Amino acid sequence: MQEGRPLSPTEINRDLLRSILDTPRWFWPVVGILATIVLAAAITIGIMINSGLGITGLNRPVVWGFFITNFVFWIGISHAGVMLSAILRLAKAEWRRPATRAAEVLTIFSLITALSMPIIHTGRPWRAIYWFFPYDFARGIWPNVRTPLVWDPSAIFTYLTSSTLFVLIALIPDFAVLRDHTTGLTHRIYSLLAMGWEGNPRQWKMQILSGVLLSALILPVFVSVHSIVSWDFGMAVAAKTWHSSIFAPYFVVGAVHSGVSAVVFVLIILRYIYGWQAYIRHEHVDALGRLLIVVATGWFYFFVMEVIFGIYGREADEIAVRELQFFIWPISGWTLVFVITTYFIPVALWLTKAARRNLWIMSLACISVNIGMWLERYIIIVPGLMNRGVFTFTWNDYVPRFPEMIIIAATFAFVSMLLLLFSRVFPLVPLYDIKEGEFLRTEVKIGRRVVPATFRED
Amino acid sequence: MVTNRIDHKWGMVVDLDKCTGCQACVVACQAENNLPINTKDFFLQKRAYEWIRIERYWEGEYPNVKARFIPVLCQHCENAPCEPVCPVYATYRNDDGLNVQIYNRCVGTRYCINNCPYQVRFFNFWQPNWPERLKNQLNPDVTIRTRGITEKCTFCVQRLRRAELQVERVSGERLNDEKLKAGNYAPACTQACPTNALMFGDQNDAESKIRPYFDDVNTFDIHHEEERTTRGYRLLEEINTRPSIIYLKKVDQYPLNEDEDHV
Repeated sequence: MQEGRPLSPTEINRDLLRSILDTPRWFWPVVGILATIVLAAAITIGIMINSGLGITGLNRPVVWGFFITNFVFWIGISHAGVMLSAILRLAKAEWRRPATRAAEVLTIFSLITALSMPIIHTGRPWRAIYWFFPYDFARGIWPNVRTPLVWDPSAIFTYLTSSTLFVLIALIPDFAVLRDHTTGLTHRIYSLLAMGWEGNPRQWKMQILSGVLLSALILPVFVSVHSIVSWDFGMAVAAKTWHSSIFAPYFVVGAVHSGVSAVVFVLIILRYIYGWQAYIRHEHVDALGRLLIVVATGWFYFFVMEVIFGIYGREADEIAVRELQFFIWPISGWTLVFVITTYFIPVALWLTKAARRNLWIMSLACISVNIGMWLERYIIIVPGLMNRGVFTFTWNDYVPRFPEMIIIAATFAFVSMLLLLFSRVFPLVPLYDIKEGEFLRTEVKIGRRVVPATFRED
Repeated sequence: MVTNRIDHKWGMVVDLDKCTGCQACVVACQAENNLPINTKDFFLQKRAYEWIRIERYWEGEYPNVKARFIPVLCQHCENAPCEPVCPVYATYRNDDGLNVQIYNRCVGTRYCINNCPYQVRFFNFWQPNWPERLKNQLNPDVTIRTRGITEKCTFCVQRLRRAELQVERVSGERLNDEKLKAGNYAPACTQACPTNALMFGDQNDAESKIRPYFDDVNTFDIHHEEERTTRGYRLLEEINTRPSIIYLKKVDQYPLNEDEDHV
């Protein structure tokens, strides 16, 4: 049983296309501010490439710092897309409908952002072509397939391609609606994008079939992408606490945790700015909150296990890094913040129905999760590199500087800007999916029971 | 190109009993390999270049202390953790048994630095720069590395190449310890060491003076350490990187008396 009043298709079109057909007054100023932050970061990157990475806080042995932390964070955010659309689509969860498009689009944009991070992080980014592009440019040397750094781009590009296809296929019926609602040049562009969609049964069948097929095909990618990202660390022998076999599932569950939270936050913002109260309803946020309790608890289990595995080996080097993570200020402070914000605050809030249905509390909980998950990656990456091993001469700390801060801030601005621009040209809540949901929600009363009038064809 | 070249496997033995911690090797390396000058700023930024460094550890409590020195340089591991992680094959093990770095190929992912247990790889955070008056002293045989790449000890591969050219190609004989010594070819650190704490040689050469140490350490691995007949050991032997450098333990004739600490 769904909440809210029934919506007619005309009403759905009018409401959900509002973001495209008329521009709100705040739109361009907000995009402008975000673009300024991105531009500032672009200038910083230019200076950094020109003068060397010396302007960052990186040093030896902490050669991976905020950039790689941010890379892992955005890869994590990208996991919401598949989680929400593919898994929930295959599981036939009705409440997924308004969230799917936003999740998939967030996936694409966060993947693009994540991909840019390692390139920015390298010393000579223009040479990354040797690394990313599988071709023997010089003297028959191909990229080294033994390294996780080559598995990484392969997995990420696969994920990016499949999610883009996924979004495009889901967008075709909506392009057709837009084509019918616009005139002039925009009409012609949307006609081109709609690829001759008429909405006849054959086209619907093909569209649904390809959606389901892509959902199924994307699932292995979903598991593999973050596993492979975690192997960047898991495969490193020398950095203590990195060399752990639990990293793959730990990172995947963490990614779902932060990704779904980010999607909830994006949905609440969209509901607020475009007035989609009738579409993104409290029941949806409530359901996502319940899903998040399960995900968060799974993640917490892996977190505890990771620490226990580390201590179980009783290696002096490993214990030293654990001590650094949990007992030595200021990293111990960050660890405390991370554990509390990732698990204890949000899960305590999500446990009550009233909190799950309060959008303010939900958005605060979701921001809290993402602050915590960002810190989690930092706590994993940097103390492992601080190298509290037997050679005390290479012990070192890491203090980020301004260039890293501005570039990290700009990644958030970049994703927000892309999302806003996307909402300007494409519907961020899938029209056809909502209409299908409206169709399926018709209910009849049999005795004292309310049952759905229509059953989905399997 | 037809040559008489034979595969070598270069190695070093560091006798900690002889090391006085004088830093002559560090200076020699700095001069030979065109390393930028380690200014105070570089040290404060924690980005100093130390292809070979003398680590100094204190033993005991003041005033009853002893200084211990250990020179740490690239171990040229047979099973190097830095090699498989480079996405562009910028670092690999060559026919001479050296772990080499191709500066032109390096992208600067810095994964190799993370994965080096000995922390002997260095990243060029800045474009290297020398004062005007020092520019003429740069070694013409060694590349000046740009910013954004990883670099490390090469076992002075330029000196080995020169020696090989002269001995193996010109006179058609095999390069060995005597010829190395006669031609004054050895890594700069070895040549500069006043106490001969560093010994350089070919592990494949049966006559080599470093050979007995390698034979001993290779025969008795970490699990049979107590059966070794020499003082040899490898650094962080338990992670099985199989370095080409063997350290000889210090034999302290006058160990610190633990009881004196409490007097």
